[in-house]
Amino acid sequence: MQAKGTPDMLQDKDRIFTNLYGFQDFGLKGAQSRGNWDGTKALIEKGRDWIIDEMKASGMRGRGGAGFPTGLKWSFMPKESDGRPSYLVVNADEGEPGTCKDREIMRNDPHTLVEGCLLASFAMNAHAAYIYIRGEFYHEASNLQRAIDEAYDAGLIGKNACGSGWDFDLYLHLGAGAYICGEETALIESIEGKKGQPRLKPPFPANAGLYGCPTTVNNVESIAAVPTILRRGGSWFSSFGRENNHGTKLFAISGHVEKPCTVEEAMSIPLRELIEKHCGGVRGGWDNLLAVIPGGSSVPLMPKDICDDVLMDFDGLREVGSGLGTAAVIVMDKSTDIVYAIARLSEFYKHESCGQCTPCREGTGWMMRMMARMVRGEATLDEIDLLWDVTKQVEGHTICALGDAAAWPIQGLIRHFRPEMERRIKEYRARIAA
Amino acid sequence: MSHLRRPAPKELQPVSFAFTPENLEKAKKIIAKYPEGRQQSAVMPLLDLAQRQTEGNWVPTVAMDYIADMLEMPAIRVYEVATFYTMYNLAPVGKNFIQVCTTTPCWLRGSADVVDTCKKELGIGVGETTEDGQFTMIEVECLGACVNAPMMQINDDYYEDLTPETTKAILDALKKGEKPKAGPQSGRKGCEPMGGPKVLKAFCGCGAAPQDADASEGDA
Repeated sequence: MQAKGTPDMLQDKDRIFTNLYGFQDFGLKGAQSRGNWDGTKALIEKGRDWIIDEMKASGMRGRGGAGFPTGLKWSFMPKESDGRPSYLVVNADEGEPGTCKDREIMRNDPHTLVEGCLLASFAMNAHAAYIYIRGEFYHEASNLQRAIDEAYDAGLIGKNACGSGWDFDLYLHLGAGAYICGEETALIESIEGKKGQPRLKPPFPANAGLYGCPTTVNNVESIAAVPTILRRGGSWFSSFGRENNHGTKLFAISGHVEKPCTVEEAMSIPLRELIEKHCGGVRGGWDNLLAVIPGGSSVPLMPKDICDDVLMDFDGLREVGSGLGTAAVIVMDKSTDIVYAIARLSEFYKHESCGQCTPCREGTGWMMRMMARMVRGEATLDEIDLLWDVTKQVEGHTICALGDAAAWPIQGLIRHFRPEMERRIKEYRARIAA
Repeated sequence: MSHLRRPAPKELQPVSFAFTPENLEKAKKIIAKYPEGRQQSAVMPLLDLAQRQTEGNWVPTVAMDYIADMLEMPAIRVYEVATFYTMYNLAPVGKNFIQVCTTTPCWLRGSADVVDTCKKELGIGVGETTEDGQFTMIEVECLGACVNAPMMQINDDYYEDLTPETTKAILDALKKGEKPKAGPQSGRKGCEPMGGPKVLKAFCGCGAAPQDADASEGDA
């Protein structure tokens, strides 16, 4: 169970993002008062291997949704350059419905990210990093740019960063409204000045990424946690959460809770505890809960009986047929038109499909139109199976995971709420018969 | 509104475009962010710059051609980018460009009421512009402020924790030429729970009120 072994909340001293709520100065002085940029040079002097080993020891799994071990990912980068430069690219294209955690890091605690970029880039032999932030985050980008400028002016990045002898440049690149650019190879295409259409893999970015050079793409939260992990040690981070699911994590809880909020908690916290301790509970009480989407719109929903005791981590949610994703918890109470809630997500994926792969380009449209009829019940009972079949034709048949992401919410709906779909169809047919 | 993204008809297209001297300086700085020979990477920020410079907050086809020349790339590659990314307006929009998020997390918290309020108060439908050119309203996909749902973006600002009443108040202020305060309209500061943070209290009770950096790229 939880390594902490107590029902207490994570303590403030163990929170990484102490200015999450933005009550303090986000600038350099404020950041330094919170412990950022403390002894950064000494961390660099411990060397590349030490940093990667600490990250491996921390058990950090990528915070962007896929949950790939961060330290391991870094170790795929070439140790020696073959003449090509290496790049770190930070994925700040936060757009998975339900997800709004990186936004808080960038507008309220941006120096955690800037310092993390330096340390991660050094560990991967990269002298330059690009942060790709979604274009709508205008003020978040402004704050982050100010933090970058401050870090340059103070000699923390740039030539001889922090006096370490390492030269490091950090650039911000704004997107312009395309969810697909959150996919790492689409993001790379976008920085290169093209349509954001995902690339076939292999080659993987660690071999040929940005400008054909070795590249690692990491999520904002993963990188921003690095300085604290290195200062306090990988073993500190791994003391939270269950085996294979370590660390602290930002959870964004939206929808039908009394008080929606974003909060940093220990991994593996029970879902019910997360909602009741931090969000004032489900609107109308726990028994008024209908379903929860626990990790952003792409993961299948869970009906209440699963929510009662599920743990919020990668393995716990996978065991119940869902996923931690970005830890964006979307709560729906019994007043929710659950079929419409999922149909609206189908519209989202239709809108965001980049159009490159036929199963996704056409399939997201089919799924959207079928779901629109399911909302009204304007269908036959066997069309539920047909819809299921369409999701299976899309899932796994595309270059990137958007096809899967479009299929899974519908599969979750059919798996758990088929009686509700059937009820609507029967009522509709009775109505037109009469 | 159609999902087809096509350039505005010829009648609307201006015959020429060039960056102002100030924006030309900005463009040079942007291009310098990328390695030599990789200037095509600057196409997105330059399209944004062109949009901010253009009356009506949009990207005319001549601006795409101008950027193609500047970056030494085929014009069709710029057209591809401009039509792929939805933040580039391909036709003029109102002075107040309202984008209401209606994706599921916002819908659960009442985004339909926000859309209805906009329709009623502005007298326009989704995708339409008021006759005086002051307001355009569209529905958009998730803007990434889900714990502050429902929300809308007006030009560069997020207005969050909306109700029909606060939506109306914002529109009323804009009609009077005022600039309503951006952010949550509920009284809370950011993403902490209503009524004040439950954690990190020591970090929230004192210290200067956080300032928001000014827009780095000037508003047109």
